[in-house]
Order: sequence, then C-alpha cells, then structure tokens
Amino acid sequence: MAELIQILIAGLATGAIYALAAIGFTLVWQTSQTINFAQGEFVMLPAIFVLVGTMTFGLPLWLALIIGTAMFVLLFGFGFKRLLVDQMISQGVLPLAFATMALSILMKEGAKDFFSAEAQVFPTLAPAGNLDLLGTAVSWQNVVVIGVAFAAIGLLQFFVNHTRTGRQMQATAQNPYVAQLLGIPVDRMILYTFLINAGLAAMASFLVSPIYLAKFSNGDVIGLSAFIAAIVGGFNQVRGALWGGLLVGMVDALAASYVSTSYRSAVPLVLLVAIILFRPEGLFGSKEERRV
Amino acid sequence: MKKWLMGLGLAAALVAPASAQQTVKLIDVAELSGAGATAGTNWRNGIDLAVQHINARGGILGRQIQITHYDSQTNPGATRAAVQRAIDEDTYAVLGPVFSGPIGASMQIAQRAEIAQFVGGEAANLTRQGNQFLFRTSLSQAAAMPKIAAYLKDTVKATKIAVIFVNNDFGKGGRDAIIPELTSRGMQVVADVSTEQGQTDFAADAIRIRNSGADAVFVYLNEDESARFLRAARQQGITAPLVGETTLLGQKVIELAGDAANGARGHVGLSIDAPVPAFQEFGRQFRERFGSTPDHNGLKGYMAVFMIKWATEKMGRFDKKGVAETLRGATITPAMEPGILITTRIEPNGDIDRESFLGEVINGRQVINVTLPMINPTARPGG
Repeated sequence: MAELIQILIAGLATGAIYALAAIGFTLVWQTSQTINFAQGEFVMLPAIFVLVGTMTFGLPLWLALIIGTAMFVLLFGFGFKRLLVDQMISQGVLPLAFATMALSILMKEGAKDFFSAEAQVFPTLAPAGNLDLLGTAVSWQNVVVIGVAFAAIGLLQFFVNHTRTGRQMQATAQNPYVAQLLGIPVDRMILYTFLINAGLAAMASFLVSPIYLAKFSNGDVIGLSAFIAAIVGGFNQVRGALWGGLLVGMVDALAASYVSTSYRSAVPLVLLVAIILFRPEGLFGSKEERRV
Repeated sequence: MKKWLMGLGLAAALVAPASAQQTVKLIDVAELSGAGATAGTNWRNGIDLAVQHINARGGILGRQIQITHYDSQTNPGATRAAVQRAIDEDTYAVLGPVFSGPIGASMQIAQRAEIAQFVGGEAANLTRQGNQFLFRTSLSQAAAMPKIAAYLKDTVKATKIAVIFVNNDFGKGGRDAIIPELTSRGMQVVADVSTEQGQTDFAADAIRIRNSGADAVFVYLNEDESARFLRAARQQGITAPLVGETTLLGQKVIELAGDAANGARGHVGLSIDAPVPAFQEFGRQFRERFGSTPDHNGLKGYMAVFMIKWATEKMGRFDKKGVAETLRGATITPAMEPGILITTRIEPNGDIDRESFLGEVINGRQVINVTLPMINPTARPGG
C-alpha cells in the first residue's frame, strides 16, 4: 500500500507539470482554434533564460527568475500573439499550426546553439529531504511541485470564473463575435490568454527543470505528454487539461511500476486511443458543434 | 652549375609553401546534440586539445592536423551518413562516435573503406564481429563487468542486487554482461529495471528499486540519465550503495546530480582524479582551455588522436590501411608516445587493456581508492 501511495504521489507531481503545459494547449485552442506545437518548448525555454541570466550575466537567482520570466512572457506571450498568431490566423488554422511547428524547432535549436547542448543543473526552491505522509516518505520536491501547480491552477480557475476580466475571457473564448457585440475588448482578452499561457509555461519550467535538468530537448517529452493530457481531459476545457495531466502522470508512473518499464511510453498512448474511440471530446470536454 | 642551382632554388621555392600547407585531415563524428551530447562534447573537446598539442609540436610527420567535427545527433541514421561523408571527404581515420548504438550502425562503413575508426563505446559485441578497423578507446564491458561483480561481492558485501540499465545497445550490453557475473558469484538479482534513453522522470523506477529489498544497486545509464536517477534515488530514500561503471562517477554526472552523487561508487576506466600525473595534467589543460572539468570521454578523445599519431610515426608514412595494421596487438607506453598518457595495449580484436580504478564520490569529488592492474600486463611493448 505504501508503495502504491508513493507511486501515485510521484505520478501526481509529474502530472501536475503536464497539466500546466496542457492548459496552454487549451488556452491557445480556445482563442485561436489552433494547436501550439511549440508548447513543449514553451516549458523548456524559460529555465534556459534563467540560466543565461545566472551563468552568462552573473545575476542572482531571484533577479534572473524575474527577468527571465518577464522576457519570456514578453517574447512568447505578447510576441507570440502579435507576431505569429495575428499574422497567420487570417490564413487559416493549418498554416498557423505549421508556423508553431517551425517555432518549436527554432526554440529548440536556438537553445542548443546559443546556450548548450548539454543538460544543466537548475536550482531547486524546494527544501531537501522527505516528508512523512501516511507512513511513506514523499520528497519535498514533489510536495512543492504539486502544491505550486495546484495553487496556480486554482488561482487561474478563480480568476476565470469569479472576476470580470475572467468572465470576459470566457465569453471571448466561447464566441468572439458576440463578445465583441457586447462591448468586450476581444483582442485584449485574447492577449491575456497568451500572457497567462506563457506565465504558466514559465512556472512549469521552473518546477520541472530541477528534476529533469535543463536541456534543449526537454520539450519533446513534455510537449507530447501535455498534448496527450489535453486530449484525454478535453481539449476545450481548462478543467479537462488539469485532470488529463494528472491522469497521464499517474498512468505513466503506474505503468512504469506495475506493467513494464519498456512499454511505459506506450501506455499513455493506449489511453489516448481508448479515449478517442469512446469519448472523442475527452473525459471532461464538451462537444463542439458548428452550424452550417 | 649556376643555372642548375637557380633551378633547384626555384623548385624549392615552389615546393616549400606547398609542403608547409600539407595537412592531414581527421574527421570526428560525435554526439554533439541529442541524448549523448554530454559524452560527445567531452570527446570532441579531448580531440581538439590533442590536435592543439600535436600541431604545436610540429604535427604528424611534419603535417598539421586539420580537424572537422560532425554532429551525429546521437542518431544511428545520422551517424551512418556522417561517417560516409567523412570517408567521402578523404579523412585519414574516423574518430567517434561514442555511443554503442550509433557505433554499431556505422562501423561497417569505415570497415568497407578500410579506414581505422576510433570509438568510445563499451558494448561488448562491438569487437566480436571481426571488424579489423574498429578500435576502442575505453575498456569493453566484457573486461569491466567481472571487476564490478567482484567489487560488489568482496567489497560492498552485497547479496541482493537491483540492476537498472538504459534500453539501448550500451545499456543492454552491460546488463547482459553483469547479470551472469553476479549470479555466478552467488548474488541474486532482485530487480531488473529497463529505462529509456533520454528518460526524464525516474521516480517510479526509484520506488520500484527501493522496494525490491536490494542491498546494492548496479546503475548502468548514460550521463544525463545517471544524474536524474541519482537525484530520484535520493528523493525516494534509497540508502543501498549505488554502484556503476565509469559513467556513474563521471564529472558531468557529479555536477548534474549535485549532492545526490555523494556515495556513488564503482569501477572507473579513465579519470583525471586517478593517481596518474599525466591524467591530472590533461585535466588541468582541459579546464584551462574549455572552462569545464573533463570526464572519461575527454580522455578517450585525446588518446584516440595520439593512437593515430603513434601508428603513423611508427610506419613513417601516411597509410590509412596501415594505421589499423600497425595498431593491432601493439602496446603503447607513455615513454614511446607521451600523449597516450598511460600504458595501453590494443588487443588484436580492437579491445583495449590498461590499468583501471575503483572510486567513490565524496563531497562532490571523485576519489580513486584502488588501482586495478591490466588484464594482460606482460604484453610486449611496441607490438
């Protein structure tokens, strides 16, 4: 029993990271009806920005975290929307999806060529050691990951559901034309979602990099898992991305422990296929209908 | 007579610049990105340092080395293409790659071209295929695993072993080599955990090993994965000794794993912390040039270039095929070629024999405790 609890908690910590990244998929989908194939690299890059600050410019960690986050949100929140999405969306969602694939390669290769191809240590803000929970030892690292990710997602949910701006964002996501008729500043609301996506990606990056180490290729794993999580949970629901992330994280950990480590990466894909077959809108997603 | 002298002078003037510009081309195919980037970067830097040293001392038989590096991306297909390109571009010998999988995928290309290939891989099967042009720069798993098994039994006093390995040619080769060695010494394998190359999350693997009841863990993963596993093992409270082969105690792993590396121990083929002054001097010069501490791959890359130099100078001419013929069965001592750093015997099948070490990570540093002898120390120097 103790082993199962440990595995579930480890899976929960991994899943919380996937959830943060998966929310980015849903946010971009809701506002631009496209898939950001650079989402994994969005989680990889902020840690690299911070390491450039500390290693290249000798900044203290706290300052590098602030500057790195600000730069990332500016470039890949504001800049992503203004320079890529706004320019490409009129050409249709498919060209925009291709553009995000190109962006993914640029981010990955840029991180490799201008920083390092080697993995780097990323400092952890979690205390060392373990917490005794229900008779099992749970690392503080996992506790911090789960705690921060849940707090961030909770705050996002509160913001979206209980503030005026949040409700305007929801209205924009549901129907931008009607929202505009109602006087909602649609363009600004869409921009907010991109800024929030960049902020969540930065947070995921800072949480996961002490465990995964900071490396240009980290986006491959995170992007794929988050994509699966978003589909499993429901691509058009933030709530779905959250549960999808947690589910994929736990399934991955359980598969590695009880099925076979050799086939662990196949198990989430099997889950994905099963969901697509039996509930195409995802576990928590809603059916999207279009009038023709 | 005067005209003859003038003619000779003119000919010399025309020939002299051409001779001065003559170079020997070496192409290195290494893992400069992808899962093997840490190993490949160290290997490349070791090669660059060797080239710098050789060129500063006049080159090989008076020719300066012109070195080119191609990125294999740790991808077998890209490695094959890069090795073929190196041969098409008339490389004198092929350096690299480091990972056993890409070596296995590319070694027949150099073999067909009858060009010596110097690799960093440890998989035992690489030198069992009768390739007369393949040369290791590290000990084979077949040589290293009996030493580790003996260490686990006699020094660690372990009876139940958990094995964790990376599911590629390197890892599977090591796993297949160590398990018979463990069982033949009466030890029981209580967990046999396969992991993926490039795997990021080792929490579930660590939990599984912790609950296996093992009193020692044999870790056989690549650099980044070793560091991630060490961190996960400490996080999950594994207290059993973590024992590995060379990589686990490598400088980059220690750097990436931080405090989690402390206590890791095992067999080390090459190390700048070994009680060999030439290794330590290499480490000092490497740090001075690249600003980082080299691991065993840096030493391997450095020695590979000096193996080529030694063979060529022994032949007294540039002969691609002759490099391989000269090296097989040779024993090179530092007295014969200082760049070889330590007495190295090259077996007829391309394996390496030399002294190796047992070490432990203490306070973030690799500490060498024991020097193990060569397997065949009586071989005749010079080959």
